[in-house]
Amino acid sequence: MGSEHGTEPVQRLSADGTRLSFRLSVWLTWVVLAVGLVVACRAMHLDLSYVKSKLPFLLGVRLAPDGFIEGAALTVFVTACSMAFALIVALITALGRLSRNPIAFAIATFYASFFRGTPLMVQVLIIYLALPQVGLVLGGLTSGVMALSLNYGAYLAETIRGGLIAVPAGQRDAARALGLPRWVIAWKVIAPQAMRFIIPPAGALFVSMLKDSSLVSLMGLWELNFLAQSYARSTYHYMEMLLTAALIYWGMSIVFEIVQMRLEARFGRGAEAAAGFAVAPRNRP
Amino acid sequence: MSDARPGAAVSVRALNKCYGAHRVLRDVSFTVEPHERVVICGPSGSGKSTLLRCINGLEKRDSGEILVNGTALAGERSAEAIRRDVGMVFQSFNLFPHLTAVENCMLAPMWVRRMPEEEARAMASQYLDRVHLAARAQHYPSQLSGGEQQRVAIARALCMRPKVMLFDEPTSQLDPLMIGEVLDIIIELAESGMTMICVTHEMGFARRLANRIIFMDGGEIIEQGAPNEIFSAARSPLLKEFLARVMHAHAPSLQ
Repeated sequence: MGSEHGTEPVQRLSADGTRLSFRLSVWLTWVVLAVGLVVACRAMHLDLSYVKSKLPFLLGVRLAPDGFIEGAALTVFVTACSMAFALIVALITALGRLSRNPIAFAIATFYASFFRGTPLMVQVLIIYLALPQVGLVLGGLTSGVMALSLNYGAYLAETIRGGLIAVPAGQRDAARALGLPRWVIAWKVIAPQAMRFIIPPAGALFVSMLKDSSLVSLMGLWELNFLAQSYARSTYHYMEMLLTAALIYWGMSIVFEIVQMRLEARFGRGAEAAAGFAVAPRNRP
Repeated sequence: MSDARPGAAVSVRALNKCYGAHRVLRDVSFTVEPHERVVICGPSGSGKSTLLRCINGLEKRDSGEILVNGTALAGERSAEAIRRDVGMVFQSFNLFPHLTAVENCMLAPMWVRRMPEEEARAMASQYLDRVHLAARAQHYPSQLSGGEQQRVAIARALCMRPKVMLFDEPTSQLDPLMIGEVLDIIIELAESGMTMICVTHEMGFARRLANRIIFMDGGEIIEQGAPNEIFSAARSPLLKEFLARVMHAHAPSLQ
């Protein structure tokens, strides 16, 4: 396969070969494990026709009796809303943490400390069950999105702050020396470079948020976890319903991870070129 | 009220700067005329880079006056105005790693001068050609050698059509084989009449480039004069000692 590239070092080809056989082995092992899972499920004699009848509801392609979305669609909706608000909250908090203003710094650290130092479940219940006691009544959806946003915003703030700090000071110097206005420096120079450091941990946070969105079932929202449990309870098909819910969550997580990989590649331009430079010969004119 | 000269390209009067208790610059005054090439030398920590960074306001001064092409440096607004006319090249290149060579050069013309993209690209290509890197336009900084990166950085600064160029030890992070290509570009630029202030340890290069050499030590200007005066008739013992050490260390570059 490599004979036509006579000029390339042998070492590189063998390194490529090793990488190829490693990836192949990984894929094969995945396939074996997946087949094993299917065989195990078959051995349990699951009621697949029940799964089939409930799948549209679990996926949320049908609307709930009240006309609102349900199942996985509601899970995605809750997660997407929470992601958007968490990003806003996190950005403000990160800037507060980086601020020289002691009050901004204090507010940011106070907020982050509280929401990172208490369980998400307690936060959900405080917002949904305890706030009405002092006259603040929020709906289930609002409470859920609010709790998830505030909780994840606190973690995401730290991620964003880390990304901003990781951009070398020389970059800001060079941009200022060119006379660029501050917002161009932030948007065109700092942000794209910070994104490289922010995306991998932020992606992990969003995947974990997707799964934690199941906590809003506590407030009677008909999302994926809630539906799976209630169908399971009513006909005693626990294994069928919970496994199906798990698979749907898993599939959605994989989609999130693919999006994350795309974004990483997008913002890794220049950096990934450096890795390529180590192996590929330069095309001197 | 001021003896800073408005006709000069750069005029610095009684500049002082401290980092905490450490005084980095003490009453530094000097003037650079249009088309003049000034080299600043001196031991590490003598305040050379800080002085350079004060001229375009990257570093805040404690007291003193700075005039660039008649504009007084006072606050961020005037600093931005001055930076549009003053190009700077850094020791560590500081190219934007997420942009290709040509995009590095296009950023400021597009966002500061409001130049249309195609016009900015054409100009960027022209300046990349001038630093002999036309063939590298689509490369990312990480795909370029140190010498090539520094030449892109020079082209990037030139794209703003600056009236003054500041060089902060432009070759001190390059390996010896690449120093020459960068110095040649700077000399070519000098020959085209560019006003420049260059901090460097390359004394052979300083002699070729400079109309005037300023020697600094301990945040003060100790001696200044034409290269010949400095190299063959240094007066201050500090300068003599510095030259003796630098000549020894950089002997090959003088040939």
